[in-house]
Amino acid sequence: MRQQAFEQQHREMWQQLRHLLDELDRPKRKRQLDASAIASLPALYRALCNHYALSRSRHYSPELERELHEMIVRGHRHLYAGRSAQLWRLVIFISRGFPQLFRKQIAYFWVAALLFLVPGLLIGGYCYFQSEMIYSVMDDTQVAQMESMYDPANRKPGRSIERSAETDMMMFGHYISNNIGIGFRTFAGGMLFGVGSVLLLVFNGVFIGAVAGHLTRMGYEETFWSFVSGHGSFELTAIVICGASGLMLGHALIAPGQRTRVDALKWRAADALKLVMGAAAMLLVAAFIEAFWSSSSVATEIKYGVAALLWLLVALYLGMAGRRAHGSG
Amino acid sequence: MLDTARRYEIPEGIELDFRVAGPVVRACAWAIDLLIRAGLYLVIAIPLSFMGGMGMGVTLIFFFVIEWFYPVLFELRQGATPGKKAMGLEVIHDDGTPIGWSASLIRNLLRTVDFLPFLYATGLIAILLNQDFKRLGDLAAGSLVIYRDKATLRPGLPDVKPLQPPANMTSDEGRTLLAFAERSPRLSSERRIELAEILTGLTGKQGEAAVTELHAYANWLSQGR
Repeated sequence: MRQQAFEQQHREMWQQLRHLLDELDRPKRKRQLDASAIASLPALYRALCNHYALSRSRHYSPELERELHEMIVRGHRHLYAGRSAQLWRLVIFISRGFPQLFRKQIAYFWVAALLFLVPGLLIGGYCYFQSEMIYSVMDDTQVAQMESMYDPANRKPGRSIERSAETDMMMFGHYISNNIGIGFRTFAGGMLFGVGSVLLLVFNGVFIGAVAGHLTRMGYEETFWSFVSGHGSFELTAIVICGASGLMLGHALIAPGQRTRVDALKWRAADALKLVMGAAAMLLVAAFIEAFWSSSSVATEIKYGVAALLWLLVALYLGMAGRRAHGSG
Repeated sequence: MLDTARRYEIPEGIELDFRVAGPVVRACAWAIDLLIRAGLYLVIAIPLSFMGGMGMGVTLIFFFVIEWFYPVLFELRQGATPGKKAMGLEVIHDDGTPIGWSASLIRNLLRTVDFLPFLYATGLIAILLNQDFKRLGDLAAGSLVIYRDKATLRPGLPDVKPLQPPANMTSDEGRTLLAFAERSPRLSSERRIELAEILTGLTGKQGEAAVTELHAYANWLSQGR
């Protein structure tokens, strides 16, 4: 068949498809399409693919080929677009998917937890028994600032003097951008063969351990522990989860197993990302608790009670949510 | 064949061609995005700064969202950030499908590592070390930055009376003739004549007449008598 006859035969159909694609490219609320027009997309698109293959094998002109190719790319984009974001999928993920995935990948969590806790406990113990030790972790101004933050005379514990007047809302914003940013960086560090994640975990462990040990030695334990114990449940767990997801990337790069490095990386990164997103949600909760609850002047006993409940909640959520009841499956 | 052209076979059994985008054009896109983001920061921070601690908190939350999710939001909406769109680029999965949630988040969270130790030095090295110009984030996400083809109108063949070529042509030769005729409007007349006179041995003509003769052959190939 000659090119011109071929074009004449199919021109009308191409016009129809082009019109459909033009409409689909517009924002959803401006589209003027009925359901049957959208339903015709796959058939039109497959026919177009057929025409494209024919025009190539029959050596029609390059410009015709290009025109059809361009329409195929546009059709491919719409036909194979991923599912769009839906709120209920987020709800399902938070309530079931995240804890299930966490338990599936729990080995990474334990490794990350050790990397965080062991240096933290060691340095914390040193700082508790030796007053000079804290100065090898941070400099004088940092020590002084930290001491003033948790001074029992401070009206708003956990905040430096110059920040004490600022509202809880501002601290909420600060905790969100700071803590979730740290979580994301801890994950991204895994891309450096896991080294970045390991370093950030160890560094955070050392720093937090040193502060805890030093302040306990100073006799500030009431202000300090009652402040951190509540939001620490969500915050520390989430940071360790971010580290664990970074370790997953590192594992894929160091020991890809039967796959190529890039394939192993892609495969692990999909799961690791879900863990990070779940951890980011936990950090959001932690920021809320830290800004509006931890700094309040409620009696210490109540704070410790709530903190115990929060730790229990985190453990139950990560350990139990999304499990099936016995016998149901 | 251009060395930045990539082919992907799609489920329909045909191959799609993409041109991957290199570091320079991507850096330009990034610079445009940087300006847009700076503008956004100002637009958000200035009015909120009159609202005390409350406004400050909201500002910090907005800054956080823009810093980490600005590219994600735009990539999911239209396949590219405004900067990339301005440079005619688009982000896709490396199987040719539009970028999705997971891949977009991965490539943009890992941007931090690509940025190390300054100004995307790591990302640049990664881009130069693999044939698809992927930075580390692209490697982990399985994403690809390509040129988005612009829709252009196809010029028709020059309006000349069809004439059967004097010799039988292979399909490749015929295609070359068609390509010449279709490209003619975009060539200067000197260049057209120069190209057409290569076939003087076949057509026996010179100058503008040789061009018209080839156009007549092309028309015959495309529509017959």
